[in-house]
Amino acid sequence: MNIPYSRHTLDNGLDVLVHEDHACPIVAVNLWYHVGSKNETPGRTGFAHLFEHLMFEGSQHYDKGYFQPLQEAGALLNGSTNADRTNYWEVVPTNALELALWMESDRMGFLLPALTDAKFENQREVVLNERRQNYENRPYGFAGMAMMAALYPPDHPYSWMTIGAAEDIRAARLDDVRAFFQTYYRPRNASLALAGDVDTELAIDLATRYFGELEAGDTPPGVQGTALPPQTVERRLLLEDRIELPRLYIVWHSPAIFAEDDAELDLVAEVLASGKTSRLYRSLVYDERMATEIAATQNSRELGGYFQAVATAAPGRTLSELERAISQAIVNFVDQGPNAHEIERCQAQAEANFVYRLQTVGGFGGKSDQLNAYNVFVGDPGFFERDLDRYRRVTAASMQRVARDWLAPERRVLLSVVPRGRRDLALAGSEPVAVS
Amino acid sequence: MRIDRGRLPALGADPLLRFPEIQRRTLDNGLRVWTIEHHAVPLVSFLVMLSVGASADPDERPGLAAITSDMLDEGCGDLDAMELHDALGRIGGHLDSEIGSDATILTLSSLARHADRASALVADMIVRPRLDATDFHRVRELRLNRLIQLRDLAPALADRAFVRLLYGQHPYGHMPLGTEASLQELTLDEVSRFHRTMFVPSRMFVIAAGDATHDALAAAVERAFGDWRPLAEARQIDHSTWPSPPVVHERLAILHRPGAAQSELRIGHVGAPRQSPDYHALVVLNIILGGQFVSRINMNLREDKGYTYGARTSFDFRLGPGPFVLNASVQSEVTVDAIREALDELYAIRGPRPVTAEELRAGRAALTRGYPRNFETAEQISRGAAQLALYDLPDDYFSTFTPKVLAVDETAVTRVAEQYIDPSQLLTLIVGDREKVVPALPRLNLGEASELVPL
Repeated sequence: MNIPYSRHTLDNGLDVLVHEDHACPIVAVNLWYHVGSKNETPGRTGFAHLFEHLMFEGSQHYDKGYFQPLQEAGALLNGSTNADRTNYWEVVPTNALELALWMESDRMGFLLPALTDAKFENQREVVLNERRQNYENRPYGFAGMAMMAALYPPDHPYSWMTIGAAEDIRAARLDDVRAFFQTYYRPRNASLALAGDVDTELAIDLATRYFGELEAGDTPPGVQGTALPPQTVERRLLLEDRIELPRLYIVWHSPAIFAEDDAELDLVAEVLASGKTSRLYRSLVYDERMATEIAATQNSRELGGYFQAVATAAPGRTLSELERAISQAIVNFVDQGPNAHEIERCQAQAEANFVYRLQTVGGFGGKSDQLNAYNVFVGDPGFFERDLDRYRRVTAASMQRVARDWLAPERRVLLSVVPRGRRDLALAGSEPVAVS
Repeated sequence: MRIDRGRLPALGADPLLRFPEIQRRTLDNGLRVWTIEHHAVPLVSFLVMLSVGASADPDERPGLAAITSDMLDEGCGDLDAMELHDALGRIGGHLDSEIGSDATILTLSSLARHADRASALVADMIVRPRLDATDFHRVRELRLNRLIQLRDLAPALADRAFVRLLYGQHPYGHMPLGTEASLQELTLDEVSRFHRTMFVPSRMFVIAAGDATHDALAAAVERAFGDWRPLAEARQIDHSTWPSPPVVHERLAILHRPGAAQSELRIGHVGAPRQSPDYHALVVLNIILGGQFVSRINMNLREDKGYTYGARTSFDFRLGPGPFVLNASVQSEVTVDAIREALDELYAIRGPRPVTAEELRAGRAALTRGYPRNFETAEQISRGAAQLALYDLPDDYFSTFTPKVLAVDETAVTRVAEQYIDPSQLLTLIVGDREKVVPALPRLNLGEASELVPL
């Protein structure tokens, strides 16, 4: 398996990546801007995402909303913002590729003339409602915010979540939008991938025509405040929430995306908690029935990752039972490493997951998004084989080593989320935190 | 050549979509086997569609069909649960099971080189689940715990309460997960009996798709399922004996969640069955009304007013008439304004502000030009085919979709809007903070709000 592609860099610095796949008469247009909530400053959190919303409100030469002409052309489209990047995508029938490029290039080049206070105020309300719906009104919805604030110092850009603080979203001004656009929404800070039923030469020609005339702009400033003081003692926090069953989060700092040890920790998470045969599912949910669910993930990001284990207590069971069982499982893993069986299974699953991810040309994920991820994060859209190799060359010894190096008890943060008024259900010695 | 930013580029002719060929066979035991070749990636998938869903739950046992399907991967044939999942892991398997009102669907995808093993494992799960007591007690406990957790989840509270209000004791009146009372009493014997009498080859389709030939896919299924002889007489499901959904007298209901950051809204009533001759007109109506971003409802509530992150409508087409629902989660303080706007849109499209020629053209185009997207992966195609199987749709269904949608005109849309959206039957449910909402409710003129307790 591979994704054959061509890369062409326009004079203004925009990378254009093209992958041909003629199986279905559709093309995925996927555009990454290398800007996310990590480029925000304290007091203006949530801004990169709020900005993403404004990109759908029309641009100078088509100022009637972004969705109308594209949906009517049969497109599926959306965008998303995370800490590291913002992406925009359309999956269009083959005959609407030019339309999608017209629309994407118009908002890259000519967003500001169409921007108004009314649009800005409206999308501010929409985003505040998105925050209410997905965080404030959702069980355990504040856990991520509490955890990120605990894991990073307050000026570190990963110390807030991409959705941001409500008061910061309210404090955002239209002038901030203009400055942000001029700084980050530049061809040289973007990567355009086209995948699907398209001829490479035609795709590059169209991309050159639509995007080539846009000004390169200056190189955006680097990210500030990324220093990370080493953690030497375990931290315990508690958060009260409108929930019935207490939940425990255990988090460690971990390697950045594609960095050394990243793939190994991915597979450690797989062996520990993915599927019914995983160690933690088996002991906590299947045998002991002390948890209703268990998950472990290596969340790798540009400036550094975090490894997280999450378990929800079954009725009548305690978070300290969960903590003991999870800690014991990690100690055992560090002592003995995975067995041959576990390695074989998690590598087979990892390989299959690569194939599943690449079944589609685009959307959230798919081949076009993967090409951009490789291009933006490692500068090589053809990183596919090397990426897969990272998983193929993992050994029992290397998994054991990374678990020992990264998952040390003194470097973890433990967050107990408990029902309101039931602080007694948190792990002993937990310090209350407030999030809103 | 410089580009013209004065106008949008023309689209040119729509690309031709070649619909995947479905080969249909029937095994001696009555099992229908459909195969679809799809060579884009080295994967195969086996989708089992059993036309038995949560609507087949006995009246006093909501949740029986769902827990039965949940038991399928808890060990089967010679394998206990752990051994089964280990075997699935080794073939790079991806197992997915879902239960709706009308059907149970289990899908296993795997690397193509393991097609035979995948097919054999699927057959073991479907035909020979172990249904062991220890596993049953654990699975039941997890489901009870899930019910406890759903008490905190506003959308789940709203969905459960709403189907109960719309359907009462009708088989569509409960969620597949069932209720605490029912799960507490449920026994393994009931699960065994349900499996024995419901999981029969005559009401099952296996749809095999992926990177293999029709013959190879069919042979893999036949090897795995060919010997299956059902042990018991199949229990019949007779939709004609279902009670009618109740006539709704209350127009407004509220479920109190103190301190809720938003009001979770459901507005709707019983809609239309999948077999409705008005299906295509209703699909066009819905996309204009609330079926996509640029629909009337979303443009009003989100893009104009900023009341919500998004508002949608849907007709849930089923064997019997499924629900027609508008859903949105709105800021508590504007709950009543949001409901008024939503109701106004539902009323307006029936006549006062009928669909325009422009809306009709755009809506039909979105549906027909977007259609090829549904045929990209083997699993998508299998899911589409499963709909044909479940609802007994004609073999040429895919290729007639576009002409049928394009044939829907303004008169038809207005007619189905009038016929299928009934202001006198529309029920509004609010899951939110009573104190912030109740004072303004009289402005809705929907009468007294009935107060619900969580199920």
